[in-house]
Amino acid sequence: ATSKMAGADSDDSLYPIAVLIDELRNEDVQLRLNSIKKLSTIALALGVERTRTELLPFLTDTIYDEDEVLLALAEQLGNFTMLVGGPEYVHCLLPPLESLATVEETVVRDKAVESLRKISHEHSPVDLEVHFEPLVKRLASGDWFTSRTSACGLFSVCYPRVSSTVKAEIRQHFRTLCSDDTPMVRRAAASKLGEFAKVLELEYVKSDIISLFTALASDEQDSVRLLAVEAGVSIATLLPQEDLETLVMPTLRQAAEDKSWRVRYMVADKFSDLQKAVGPEITKNDLVPAFQNLLKDCEAEVRAAAANKVKEFCENLPEDSRETIIMTHILPCVKELVSDTNQHVKSALASVIMGLSTILGKDNTVEHLLPLFLAQLKDECPEVRLNIISNLDCVNEVIGIRQLSQSLLPAIVELAEDAKWRVRLAIIEYMPLLAGQLGVEFFDEKLNSLCMAWLVDHVYAIREAATCNLMKLVEKFGAEWAQNTIVPKVLGMANDPNYLHRMTTLFCINALSEVCGQEITTKHMLPVVFKMSNDQVANVRFNVAKSLQKIGPVLDSNCLQTEVKPVLEKLASDQDMDVKYFAQEAISVLSLA
Amino acid sequence: SALAMSSAATTPPSVDKVDGFSRKSVRKAKQKRSQSSSQFRSQGKPIELTPLPLLKDVSAQEQPELFLKKLQQCCAVFDFMDTLSDLKMKEYKRSTLNELVDYVTVSRGYLTEQAYPEVVKMVSYNIFRTLPPSESNEFDPEEDEPTLEASWPHLQLVYEFFIRFLESQEFQPSIAKKYIDQKFVLQLLELFDSEDPRERDYLKTVLHRIYGKFLGLRAFIRKQINNIFLRFVYETEHFNGVAELLEILGSIINGFALPLKAEHKQFLVKVLIPLHTVRSLSLFHAQLAYCIVQFLEKDPALTEPVIRGLLKFWPKTCSQKEVMFLGELEEILDVIEPTQFVKIQEPLFKQISRCVSSPHFQVAERALYYWNNEYIMSLIEENSNVILPIMFTSLYRISKEHWNPAIVALVYNVLKAFMEMNSTLFDELTSTYKSDRQREKKKEKEREELWKRLEDLELKRSLQSDGIIPT
Repeated sequence: ATSKMAGADSDDSLYPIAVLIDELRNEDVQLRLNSIKKLSTIALALGVERTRTELLPFLTDTIYDEDEVLLALAEQLGNFTMLVGGPEYVHCLLPPLESLATVEETVVRDKAVESLRKISHEHSPVDLEVHFEPLVKRLASGDWFTSRTSACGLFSVCYPRVSSTVKAEIRQHFRTLCSDDTPMVRRAAASKLGEFAKVLELEYVKSDIISLFTALASDEQDSVRLLAVEAGVSIATLLPQEDLETLVMPTLRQAAEDKSWRVRYMVADKFSDLQKAVGPEITKNDLVPAFQNLLKDCEAEVRAAAANKVKEFCENLPEDSRETIIMTHILPCVKELVSDTNQHVKSALASVIMGLSTILGKDNTVEHLLPLFLAQLKDECPEVRLNIISNLDCVNEVIGIRQLSQSLLPAIVELAEDAKWRVRLAIIEYMPLLAGQLGVEFFDEKLNSLCMAWLVDHVYAIREAATCNLMKLVEKFGAEWAQNTIVPKVLGMANDPNYLHRMTTLFCINALSEVCGQEITTKHMLPVVFKMSNDQVANVRFNVAKSLQKIGPVLDSNCLQTEVKPVLEKLASDQDMDVKYFAQEAISVLSLA
Repeated sequence: SALAMSSAATTPPSVDKVDGFSRKSVRKAKQKRSQSSSQFRSQGKPIELTPLPLLKDVSAQEQPELFLKKLQQCCAVFDFMDTLSDLKMKEYKRSTLNELVDYVTVSRGYLTEQAYPEVVKMVSYNIFRTLPPSESNEFDPEEDEPTLEASWPHLQLVYEFFIRFLESQEFQPSIAKKYIDQKFVLQLLELFDSEDPRERDYLKTVLHRIYGKFLGLRAFIRKQINNIFLRFVYETEHFNGVAELLEILGSIINGFALPLKAEHKQFLVKVLIPLHTVRSLSLFHAQLAYCIVQFLEKDPALTEPVIRGLLKFWPKTCSQKEVMFLGELEEILDVIEPTQFVKIQEPLFKQISRCVSSPHFQVAERALYYWNNEYIMSLIEENSNVILPIMFTSLYRISKEHWNPAIVALVYNVLKAFMEMNSTLFDELTSTYKSDRQREKKKEKEREELWKRLEDLELKRSLQSDGIIPT
């Protein structure tokens, strides 16, 4: 291909392809990669015809490179249809993509398959049969496992648009791959089984797909069996109710009791989808006991996955028997899980258990769930406690939070003082929500001092979050509350001997001025800011400049001109260059120059 | 995905998980060595075994029958995560297993045909299980302590017994092959993923014996190891027994007949070479390099594809891996034939030249050590007219610029060696160094201009065809 294109340097219109070839041969991978990423530039410059006749053959011939270059190429080619002349010529892109779909590296292959799937839609039905489907067949019968693996992802895109004879061939190829000798190919086939089932006619779903599903679900390798679970869910959505029991359920029941925890985990993980797919009757008869078993599984991994689904499963139970099923079958298992030996199980449960209160209503919640919430609020693992606190809103709607407040408070206080700053950070984030639910009185009495304590935490992230928290509290409780409770304390910190605390005052003012409004800002905050402009620490002074810039829009223009401007001007002639810089910036932003 | 889940049944409740900042090793140091075991099969009621007389206490005629009974008893599997349950019966099974180990070692005439299926059944019941979830989300074998198999007190004896059985003089593969079949081997191979190094060590011996005694299973074993490696490289990057499997392969390769079958060559190029790309290479690199060198000693013609493969997968960001690659390459060069060397020297020394100029001094140092290797030196000397021009620019530049004085000193020695080897060429390169650099810069500039013009052209064309090409 090279000799054909070389030696044309004199012709200006010919050099792009020569450049590309040079660049593709560059020793530096990065340069090769760059030129591949600009492939569309070159194609556009070449025009559609020369892209087809020169560029693509060249690319097809020279595919041996670093995987990173190949990945870029595979991606580019998926967007090349217009550059080769539109859908009429899209099949020209197939040869290079076919080679790319056979390479070893998974990411390259997957990208090539993705691009092939994309351009398959741009093929006319005739081209699909003449060009695309033969490619799929070649891949499906390739020697090395990589091409067969890639083929698995291409059946479903061509099946709907080909003739019935070709369809029969495609089904046959898919069948063959499902019993391939390498587990890699069987895994690929299993992971595409659901997708393929969706494009098949119902009769073939029943005849072909079910037997493939059954075989894959009892594969000797658990990595194949677990992929069949997901396919089973998709297949179940396609079948009429009366066929589910005989065609799908025996296999799914077996998967839920598989000897490999990975398969059972998968069942637990897909349980909500499964429940929707099989409908209320099978749920009542089959899934409820299966779910109980998963919640009691011997491996913590499986229990945690099932615990995550408790709320969703209960929500989707048929209404007529929901409460009975939950109370007699699910709740006893849930109670056990509250004192599970594994913290991940408990924490998974804690993240959803509060949701049960809306389903069960006030009385059941008070009698049966409340003791569990309270136990979890005292759990030794902070994640469990956090998960309960972060979902308080569900309970609030049903029984009001007061029922919990006695236990809540010690839990919150303990988390607020946890040695791990990330735990403290997490609880701060729930403060506005808690404040809203507990009400201003309870807050002032019990939580206000905590919120103020965070302002002087030794970790900056906590002080920052605490500042933001104050703003949200003021949004909830109003400016008057702010003026009476928090503003005095915040302003008091301006006299703290620690300059970090003095800066916190400024950060709080930045956050609060807007929600507190002009009056409070001008009357109470501004004088403190002015006073701090004389601070001996330069960091405080330049933060004064930044604060003034921030709160400027809240102030009236008279105040800006007569009071703010002189202070900023003074700072603009500070000895410290950072102070000067920020003062000048504030002057220009506030248009005070 | 199910394969990347956190935690396990035995993690002690700990608050440490919340803070991501303490170092893993610090955190782990506080924990005890943890234990884990598959629990799925050991649920349920207490196990009762009726004590049997000792084998040595019954007559020789009664022994085979009693041996079978004891094998059957040992099929009972206990829950070792529960340290308090079935204590008496656990002890009884342990002593029975001990007795069986001794029995197969010293007895004669015990191995009746009926014993084979019972032995395989007992071994299968005990060792085949779904391995428990890994304790840590990303088990890092270099830093994390492995989770040990809780049922080891029994399991070890079962392995011990099985190995003695396979090694026993009375053992007949022709009978055993009915029971030790493909399915058995497949399950055995899966166990190599065990986190417990003691178990993997026993498995290695077991597999070795099976490979040695069952000719009909050899191709199957190789193919399944192939599949395990391919999944490891391209799908999960997780499998604990790679080093052990490679060790077995090392001796398998050693026994390959010449000429090598296409299957074996494919294994080298498509499986062993890509194994170099895996993140945890350091855990099995020695065994891998041994396999590679074994292949090259068998068939020197494979040198070129192997070295090209290594160059293709040369580490881009991981200096430690780069040092390993350089070590392996030296092992290969130690056995390379001069005719093979000539075929590969250009791309090879372009890479070595890049390594020598690495700012990471360990990489540069490892590459420069090649010049201490007499055989490599002799190859370089024979081909100095090719290698010197490739290396010269890097060496010259480093001698002036490298931050590490030790590297600079090594480079001086290398330059000196080259000067002695081929002083005419050396002088020529020294005198043209500057003009060559200038030429390179000029070329670089031309490239940039070409791209600029190309982009202008693109802009022009896209404007022209705005009406024609829909967006």
